[in-house]
Amino acid sequence: MSLLIQSIVNGLNQGAVYALVALGYTMVYGIIRMINFAHGDFIMVGSYTLFYTVPLMVLAGMPAWMAVILAIIVCIGVGIAVEQIAYKPVRGAGSMTALITALAMSLLLENLALVLFGANPKSVPAIFNLPMIEFLGAKIQSKYLITLAIGVIMMLALQVFIKKTRIGKAMRAVPQDKQAATLSGIKVDRIITLTFAIGSGLAGVAALMYCSTYPRATTEMGTMLGLKAFIAAVLGGIGIIPGAMIGGLIVGLLEIFIKVYIAPGWYEAITYMILIVVLLVKPTGLLGKNIGEKV
Amino acid sequence: MEMLKISDLNVSYGAIHAIHDVAMSVHKGELVSLIGANGAGKTTILHTITGLCKATSGSVVLNEINLLKTDASDIIKLGMAHVPEGRHVFPEMTVEENLEMGAYCVKEKNLIAERIEDVYHRFPRLKERFRQAAGTLSGGEQQMLAVGRALMSAPSILLMDEPSMGLSPILVEQIFDIIKEVHEQGITVLLVEQNARMALSISDRAYVLEVGRISMSGQAKDLLQDDRVRKAYLGQ
Repeated sequence: MSLLIQSIVNGLNQGAVYALVALGYTMVYGIIRMINFAHGDFIMVGSYTLFYTVPLMVLAGMPAWMAVILAIIVCIGVGIAVEQIAYKPVRGAGSMTALITALAMSLLLENLALVLFGANPKSVPAIFNLPMIEFLGAKIQSKYLITLAIGVIMMLALQVFIKKTRIGKAMRAVPQDKQAATLSGIKVDRIITLTFAIGSGLAGVAALMYCSTYPRATTEMGTMLGLKAFIAAVLGGIGIIPGAMIGGLIVGLLEIFIKVYIAPGWYEAITYMILIVVLLVKPTGLLGKNIGEKV
Repeated sequence: MEMLKISDLNVSYGAIHAIHDVAMSVHKGELVSLIGANGAGKTTILHTITGLCKATSGSVVLNEINLLKTDASDIIKLGMAHVPEGRHVFPEMTVEENLEMGAYCVKEKNLIAERIEDVYHRFPRLKERFRQAAGTLSGGEQQMLAVGRALMSAPSILLMDEPSMGLSPILVEQIFDIIKEVHEQGITVLLVEQNARMALSISDRAYVLEVGRISMSGQAKDLLQDDRVRKAYLGQ
């Protein structure tokens, strides 16, 4: 019983991190129909920022998690720079070009990090020093609950922002009809940049969540994390905000459960097998509606 | 008073010279139509006015503001709304959200709510479907929505591109009644139409566009009697 509870909490924690990263993918895809494969690397950028800023916060006598603000700012900066320098010039050149550009940016960021920070992993100091909680005999890390709560709050906040605010509605209008959006007075370029800023900011938060569980920053950490989160976003239905959340949690739970109950060495293989089967049955993802690609 | 004045306008798509030395004007309070066959360049002219297309030379002036140097997204703030050909509603947004987007540049919430009510009053059909996704509306309803969305910015001049396209004869009548009504309420209208008979019957003046050049212009009632117009555009 306690192992079950423990596994659920661990799975949800893992899943919340994936969900937060998946939110970044889905957000950008939802607005400009582009998969930003460099998104995982924004989390790497955020993690290195935390490596340098957490000690500064502690030194200044502030709570360590406040370092996330700096991580968010740095991630937004990098995100906007990537969009302006690399993505904007190739916008309109087709989805294949955009995809390759994104992959190139991912490699560039990783190698830039290698030059700047070296190949040795950096260990990020502890961010949350919170006690364990005892629940029905299971020991639960309270920081895991924080991760989950932040994931849910972020999703709800994004959902409200997109559905209810003027800017959020403009963000939805742009991919549906650029011309009509422009004629309504919407500055399409600015909306796209803003979308990247929000997606990258989420990566800063995701970095905090990731580092509180796995306190290590490496240059290639974004690759696997990004890939898994991308799969989570597709599983939930890419472009759909609650879908990213659900997809992330499912991937996290599957991984942990397979690790604990079935075959520890096979957890990735089995998880992704299951996902392939799901997508074969429902190619648009769990929450996806079946609409053809717009021309 | 000339509200919109186009002079010596030339537009090219690459090597294709689409619009040749076009000169037109629309006075405040007028309903002017631009008629012509498919491919004559009518939509290109409207797109150049609102900045969706770039002109090669010439000038487009609205109330003494040079529109050729104005970004397409700023046009609506000058009091000019463009109802594009093919309606271009936001298909996955609700009817009400579409209307809200029309008032994107309006900051006062009360004003937006008031104008939405006005649109619903004008088009009760839209009110019935206010929470429905715009993409699920019929062609006629989408056209009403496109007009409603344009009216949300309270424009002083409305550009309408082929509002009758793809609609049944009864709906065409309805849409033209709406245009007439909007015009009678004091909004200046520049109407682009292939349906020359309907367009001329409600217009004050009209221009005829043939392969990128203005071939005729004058009072709409005179053009309706003109032999060349009758032969080429009215099927008589």
